[in-house]
Formats: sequence, structure tokens, C-alpha cells
Amino acid sequence: MIAVEQFKLLRRPRTWISIALLCALPVAVAVFIAVTHLAPPPGEGAAFLSAVVQDGSLYPAAALALVLPVFLPVAVALVAGDSIAGEATAGTLRYLLIRPVGRTRLLVAKLVAVITYVLLAVVSVTLTSYLTGVFLFGSKPPEAVGRPGNFQAGIPTGGVQAGSSATSLSGAPLTLVQLLERIAGAVALITVSMLGVAAIALFLSTVTDSVLGAAFGALAVLVGSEVLVTLNAAASIQPYLPTRYWLAWIDFFRQPIFWRDIQRGFGIQLVYVAVFLAAAWANFSTKDVTA
Amino acid sequence: MTAVIVARGLTKQFGAVLAVDSIDLDVRAGDRYGLLGPNGSGKTTLVRMLLGLVYATRGEIEIMDKPVPRKIGEILPEIGALVEEPAAYPHLSGRANLRLFDAAGPGGRRNRRKRIDDALEKVGLEGIDRRPVKTYSLGMRQRLGLAAALVRQPRLLILDEPGNGLDPRGIRDFRQLLIELNAAGTTIFLSSHLLGEVELLCTRVGILDRGRLVLQQDLAQLQAPTGRIIVESPDAAQVAALLNGRVEASSGGRLVVRHDDPAALNARLVAAGVRVTAMSAQRHSLEEVVLAVTGAGSDQVGGAAADEAAADRAAGGAAADRAAADGGAG
Repeated sequence: MIAVEQFKLLRRPRTWISIALLCALPVAVAVFIAVTHLAPPPGEGAAFLSAVVQDGSLYPAAALALVLPVFLPVAVALVAGDSIAGEATAGTLRYLLIRPVGRTRLLVAKLVAVITYVLLAVVSVTLTSYLTGVFLFGSKPPEAVGRPGNFQAGIPTGGVQAGSSATSLSGAPLTLVQLLERIAGAVALITVSMLGVAAIALFLSTVTDSVLGAAFGALAVLVGSEVLVTLNAAASIQPYLPTRYWLAWIDFFRQPIFWRDIQRGFGIQLVYVAVFLAAAWANFSTKDVTA
Repeated sequence: MTAVIVARGLTKQFGAVLAVDSIDLDVRAGDRYGLLGPNGSGKTTLVRMLLGLVYATRGEIEIMDKPVPRKIGEILPEIGALVEEPAAYPHLSGRANLRLFDAAGPGGRRNRRKRIDDALEKVGLEGIDRRPVKTYSLGMRQRLGLAAALVRQPRLLILDEPGNGLDPRGIRDFRQLLIELNAAGTTIFLSSHLLGEVELLCTRVGILDRGRLVLQQDLAQLQAPTGRIIVESPDAAQVAALLNGRVEASSGGRLVVRHDDPAALNARLVAAGVRVTAMSAQRHSLEEVVLAVTGAGSDQVGGAAADEAAADRAAGGAAADRAAADGGAG
């Protein structure tokens, strides 16, 4: 069943179109910057964009920062929200279940397919942006970048505010191996963060037969979380919000790596994944399939 | 005969709606069982409960001596089913769909290509090419759905409204296919609101009305002679005089006579010089039985809805016939 779901995912035009679009945005941004040489000054615009003009091999980090806030969660929420609700709408859910495919097996296969999609998307963006960056901006011995202040309007960078001035941690050179390790770490944290989104969407997908309902429901949770993350009055619950440590992967590019938020980011996402998958399983395995 | 499907006190409640109400179902090996009922009488809910898609509120089901839904995973590999409309992945071809569904469940890939080819041939789709399913007509989709149910050579076929979307020739082919499969040992359970279809195909019928199974009997018994003979004669008055008191109804040269043996009756009428144009033992049609034991369908609101007009006319016509027969008898 897992193989069947992989086949269905990979044979579906939507999978590749959405990934192509995800990859296209950073490429377009890179082309504009390369043509105009108008990178945002440090501390403004998306993360890392000011740094990539000096070093193209950092562009994957900038690209991930570009797609992470909106496009990646939208794509993941759609794919995950489609997993059960889409089968229900198409009528194929009942035929899978009477084939028979056990409900738990089906859910696991769907989850594996969603994980595959998230990895495909994140790795594709990383690879295409690395190639784009090196091609357009060239590569020089990379350096760790400091945190350029509040680089994402509306989304605080979190972490320890002391020592987060624009130049505090920058300057130490990174070897290529170190850079690749850190990109891999960032990819891992982003993937896990997206799995948090996917788990919420998958749960909603077992609740409703509407794909859009499930996808937008998950996005509504994220938007709500973003609002609360910026609200000082909600400080008491902020450590538990799903988007609170989304940007912690940037800490991989510090020298030395700033582990506190990274660990918390992994931790909170794993809790969300576990809770919502358990809820999805409990709901789906006891549900009347009337679609 | 051994029981294939047994349900006892089966009940399903959706919120305040009692969709299926304490049904006792009994389908035996080798049956061609037709579940009849108006729209909204609970046919689909019952079928879904048999297949473990919907969980019963009360009551129990056993299929091939195993409890549903607890052992449904062991039962389903023996069952081929069509539940409401067929469904397939629209961007894949029919063959790819069958392969995908076959690969999704247990049983392995042994003979997969041959089994799929056989199933497609049985339903008359052996010539399908690589076109995606989204280009299929309704009838082709229905045939593909049937093929999917047949790929694993099931011992029990559960078909919900299988005739939908098929043209008359398709329906006849399909009926012959089911009769052949049944002769080869497959038990068939189908639900339908097409009386004529069930009458031609089934050996046993159950009639659902507003969630209750109001009748379950062998079709042959339902259609047994009623002890009356229909006589058609231009000399109706002579017949009535001759058979003094045995004529229960008479209208326009058509008489209902209380008598057991058409041959003897015919000999007697002819001997008396009465001309007889037609004579047959009266049998209840399935339609008469169904209308006698069921009420209006649940989709009928006040009987005034325009799309119900046709059904009303049909029902009204049959009722008028019965009224005429009853009036003649009285």
C-alpha cells in the first residue's frame, strides 16, 4: 500500500507542478537581484538576501526563507489535506477500504506519501537554489552570517534577543562540508516543521470530506499561530505555538550553532505531529465512511 | 444451504434518523439475492454496514461465519463489491486503475495481468486502450467498476445499484454475466430500485421500507399462482353465466376466475361453445408485491414534487388496477 501511495503521488501532475512553482520563486528572486544588484540591505527583506550577493552558495538558505512563510505550508497543507478527503470526494476511499486496505495502513501510507512530498519539495528548492545561487552570484569561501536583526517583517526571529545584533556572530569562515551539514540541518528542521502542518491537515482530512476545508483549516491554525506569536500579551502560550520556532533553522548558520531554539523547534513539532496523527488515527478508524 | 450473510437486529442511527431499523437478513450460498426498496429506504447504508464501511449502532452481522466488522479484513478478500457509483483515479487508464487497486490490497501480484484481462473481458472492456478514465462514458465507468469487483474472483458479490448508467443491451449482458458467475458458485447480493431487473435476475428478494425489512422470500414463492385464472373472451357474459359465482371481476372481456387449473377451465369453456382468446394463471408481479408492502419513498415530499410525478403515475395506475379487481370481487 505504501508503494501504491508513492506511485499515486509521483504520477500525479499536481505534485510536480507545485514543486516546480516552489522552485521557481527563489529562481525569479535570484534573477532580479543578479540583474539589478539591488539586494535588500542587511536587516531588511527576506533573510540572507543581503549575504547571497557576496556568496551564492548561501542562496539555499535565502530560498528556504522565501518559501517557508507561505508557499511551502500552502503546498503541504493541500497535499496532506487531500490525502483522505480527496479519496472520499473521488469515491475511491470506499473502494480502497473494501479492497481491503486497513484504515491504519491507509493512514500510514498517506503519511509516508506526505513525508515524501515534503522532502521532495524542500530538497528540490534547496538544490535548485544552490545551483541558481552559485551560477548567478558565484561562490567564495562562505562565512557564517549573523542574525540580521528582525529580518522577517511580522515574524520575530525569537531566541535570545541579547547578542542578536547584525554583526555579532558573523565572520567566522565555514568549510564547504560545514555549510552542507548546516543546510542539511536546516532542511531537517524545516521538514519536521512542515510535518507539523501536514499532521494537522491530515487530521482535518479525516474529519471533513472537503479537501479545501482540510487544507484551509490547517492554514488557519498557522495564521492564528502567527498572530499570537507577535502578540506580547500571549507570551505565556507562545512557546507552544506551532510556528514559534519555525525560523530557528537560521541558527544553523551561526558560528557556533545556536542550539536552544533548534532543539525546541524539533521538540514542539514532534509533539504536534504525534498528537495530530493520534487524533487522525482515532477519528479515522472509528468513522462511518459514507462518502 | 449454508448462510453467507446473516444479520440480526441490525440497526443504524445517524443522529435522529433511523436509517436501518432492526433488520434480520439471511442470504444463503448460491442465492441471487435482490434487495429492493424505494430511494432512501436504507439500502446503501445496509450495504455499507455489510462491507464494514459504516458501523452498526446495534445488532450483529456475520459473513461466511465471521463477525463484521471485527474480522472484516479476513472477509473482504472474498468479496467483490460495487457501492453506489463506481470510482477510479481519473488521470489514469482503466487498466492502471485496476492494477493500482489490486496492488493496494492483500493477495500479491500473482497472475495480476491475466486476472485483470479476464475481468475486463467479462465486462466487455477487453478493447480499452490507454485513455484516462476521465474520458470514459458513464456506462464504461460502470463496467470498469464491475471489472474491479471481479478481479479477485470473489465468492460473494455485493452490488449496490449495479445497473446504473448501462443501456438496455449493457443491462442484459450484465444480467447474463451475473447468472453465469452464480452458476459457477458465486453468491450474489444486489440492491436495486429497478423491479424488472430484480424480477429477471434474482432468486430471492428482500424488500426494505423506511429502514425495515418488510419482506424476505424466494421469488418463486412470491410469484406462485394465486389460485385465480385470467380469461379473455369476447363472450364475457356467457362465461360469467357458465361459471356462476366463480368470476371475481370482469371488465371489457377480461375476467378473473377463481380456479386452479387453466387446462380444465379452458376445456370446459370451449365445450360450452365460449370463444377464448387468452387464458393464464394469475401471478402477482413483483411490483404489486412491493407496492403492497411499502409506503412512499423517503425522497417523496407530499407527493407534489415534479420529479415524483412519474413514480406517482406508475403507483397510481397499479393501485387503480387493484381497486378495479377488488371492486369486481365485491
